[in-house]
Amino acid sequence: MDYLNALVAFLNFVFVPGLAYGAQLAIGALGVTLIYGILRFSNFAHGDTMAFGTAMTIIGTNALLALGITFGPLPTALLALPFGIGATILLVLFTDWLVYKFYRDQKAKPVILVIVSMGVMFVMNGVVRFIIGVRDIRFADGERFLITAREFKDMTGLREGLAIKTTQAITVVVALIAMALLFWFLNKTRTGKSMRAFSDNEDLALLSGINPDWVVKVTWMIVAALATTAGVLYGLDKSFKAFTYFQLLLPIFAAAIVGGLGNPLGAIAGGFVIAFSEVTITYAWKKVLVYLMPESLEPDGLVQLMSTDYKFAVSFAILIIVLLFKPTGLFKGQSV
Amino acid sequence: MNPALKNSLLFGLVAVLLIGTGFVQGWNSALFILNMGLVSAILALGVNLQWGFAGLFNIGVMGFVALGGLATVLVGMPPVGEAWSAGAFQVFAGLALGAGTVVGAVFLRKKLTGRARTFGTLAVLIVGFFVFRAVFDAGVAAVEAVNPALTGNLGGINIFGPHRNAAGMLLPDYFILLAWPMGGLLAAGAAWIIGKTALGLRSDYLAIATLGIAEIIIAIMKNEDWLARGVKNVNGLPRPVPYEVTLQSDPGFIARAASFGMDPVTASTIYTKLCYSVLFATVLLILLWLAQKALNSPWGRMMRAIRDNETAAQAMGKNVTARHLQIFILGSAICGIAGAMMTTLDGQLTPTSYQPLRFTFLVWVMVIVGGSGNNFGAVLGGMLIWWLWVQVEPMGLWFMNLLTSGLADGSPLKEHMIESAAHMRLLTMGVVLLLVLRFSPRGLIPER
Repeated sequence: MDYLNALVAFLNFVFVPGLAYGAQLAIGALGVTLIYGILRFSNFAHGDTMAFGTAMTIIGTNALLALGITFGPLPTALLALPFGIGATILLVLFTDWLVYKFYRDQKAKPVILVIVSMGVMFVMNGVVRFIIGVRDIRFADGERFLITAREFKDMTGLREGLAIKTTQAITVVVALIAMALLFWFLNKTRTGKSMRAFSDNEDLALLSGINPDWVVKVTWMIVAALATTAGVLYGLDKSFKAFTYFQLLLPIFAAAIVGGLGNPLGAIAGGFVIAFSEVTITYAWKKVLVYLMPESLEPDGLVQLMSTDYKFAVSFAILIIVLLFKPTGLFKGQSV
Repeated sequence: MNPALKNSLLFGLVAVLLIGTGFVQGWNSALFILNMGLVSAILALGVNLQWGFAGLFNIGVMGFVALGGLATVLVGMPPVGEAWSAGAFQVFAGLALGAGTVVGAVFLRKKLTGRARTFGTLAVLIVGFFVFRAVFDAGVAAVEAVNPALTGNLGGINIFGPHRNAAGMLLPDYFILLAWPMGGLLAAGAAWIIGKTALGLRSDYLAIATLGIAEIIIAIMKNEDWLARGVKNVNGLPRPVPYEVTLQSDPGFIARAASFGMDPVTASTIYTKLCYSVLFATVLLILLWLAQKALNSPWGRMMRAIRDNETAAQAMGKNVTARHLQIFILGSAICGIAGAMMTTLDGQLTPTSYQPLRFTFLVWVMVIVGGSGNNFGAVLGGMLIWWLWVQVEPMGLWFMNLLTSGLADGSPLKEHMIESAAHMRLLTMGVVLLLVLRFSPRGLIPER
């Protein structure tokens, strides 16, 4: 029995990757949930908005690198992030003006807006492929590891190593900053408060003199910032590929719905629930169990509950279970 | 202009486009577009049944198409005898145990109450899962060990095997036609399970649920090698139409081709494609006729009443959930049939080729552009959008060449622009969808 090594193996292979992935999903789900809360539709173009923001950030990164500017040990992409966010804000505001506004003024049914967002998804997907192609792009530079497995082993003398990638640390830190900023904004500022009022009861909010156009604009700006941040963090941690971002739509929506659509706190909780379930169910537990079981009971197989290819199945099993037993999500979300 | 004339003109336009393609790009391309267009029209009919008749937002079309594709393997391929004796029994016993676990858990949830319910259900699920894995995994390993380079799966039920003539050339195998209704049944079965769990949900939850289930179906098809070889693909599915090489070696056919002034190779490819066209058109016409009958029957009126006002329909004593389940199953079955036809046309099953943009969202563009709620609209949308999907790439390339003609050869911008022409498809489809939604939301042939 060796609890310490088991714990380190667990942290290394399950907790740290799950935490980083969960933070990425949570920021993505925050964007979906804000759109749902304020504009009242499920935005299918969210994955492609993330891809667009990331593509813009990659272009900015390349430009900075060409100028010889780097961010020292940190990825240069973080310096280019504001540029990516700015470009994405322009894109979503333009899209809203050109496409969504018409249906909002008509008071179209939410499902029509969902179909419209499908059209926007196609266009954005095309635009991203047009700008940056369909290749797999790695754009993380700077130090690769905060601490490598070998360093950790030398330091502690344990058999298991704990490696923390810089990108994982950055993901968690940036996610915390983004969430803190968002909650400060929603709870303390005048605009944030009017956004929450608008989300709770549109008619009452309009009656009390809240300018709906301004609320919608600010929402889109925040969503663009969140989507770009989520996309860049995911791309730094793994890699950028237009199609992967489209597929991220599934776990992101699962996270937002599990937490309760329209509820920002729920989106964060949902992101971590989905990420940890995916990682724990598709992880081969043999490495951890070896330390916990007496030798005679050691498992023969990998003790993997499901193959990694079924990670979508995990998010959706959780989604369906939550929807069947608690239709408004873990935290109380809205239902239209 | 009266509607009948306008509709005839629209279908005439599709015909002109196809014939124009024939003259410009050759009849082979035109027939290829026609065949896939007919299948797309059937797909659009299925989605129109769900969305146009009943307002169900299903974006898991890809999953049902893939299940139809799976059916062609399960029906059309010969069984792998060795694999059946090696582990088939264990695989099926494992699956039965898995199903038994779920049924048992549902049963316990209904029978027990309070804390006993939670723990009882959980215990059944957890124990059941490990028993299922133990039995099932061993069976799968045994099946997949049998000749993995060629088969490694259980194969299908086509015991009649490939048919050959005296010279050893392949002959058409009509048994594969059985796969089309089987694909429908398979999709209907999946739709029943999905509908039972997800149809009570709100429209956008149903959308996400179906999107996810489609991904799960594809994941299963990619990973369960014992079923249809997973990503190793299944090649050489039997065909219900004559093979080109067989035709080319038939003196009678060569003589007939010569009488039309065609060389045997071109004539045989065109003849084979035409056979497919006739088969597909027959299926499309039968389904269209049925869909029209359904639309104009009391059942169809009830469906539209439910779509337009669920509460009122419920007050009139209509069982909304049951009707939704019914039409969800019917629409999915049609998608399954189309999926089986598509795989038959391809002659191979490649699970990696199932992409949601192409098999789910494109079908939605077809339905919306054609006119949701109108069967003829769905058929028109299917044919027209498929033509556009195929032709956008060459058109985009031509446009890019025109646009960059002023730039020097080899300039990076020019190369990038020309390379990007391949991505024009998605962009164009999105723009078409948005334009139709904005300026003609009821589609080209609106619901009457």
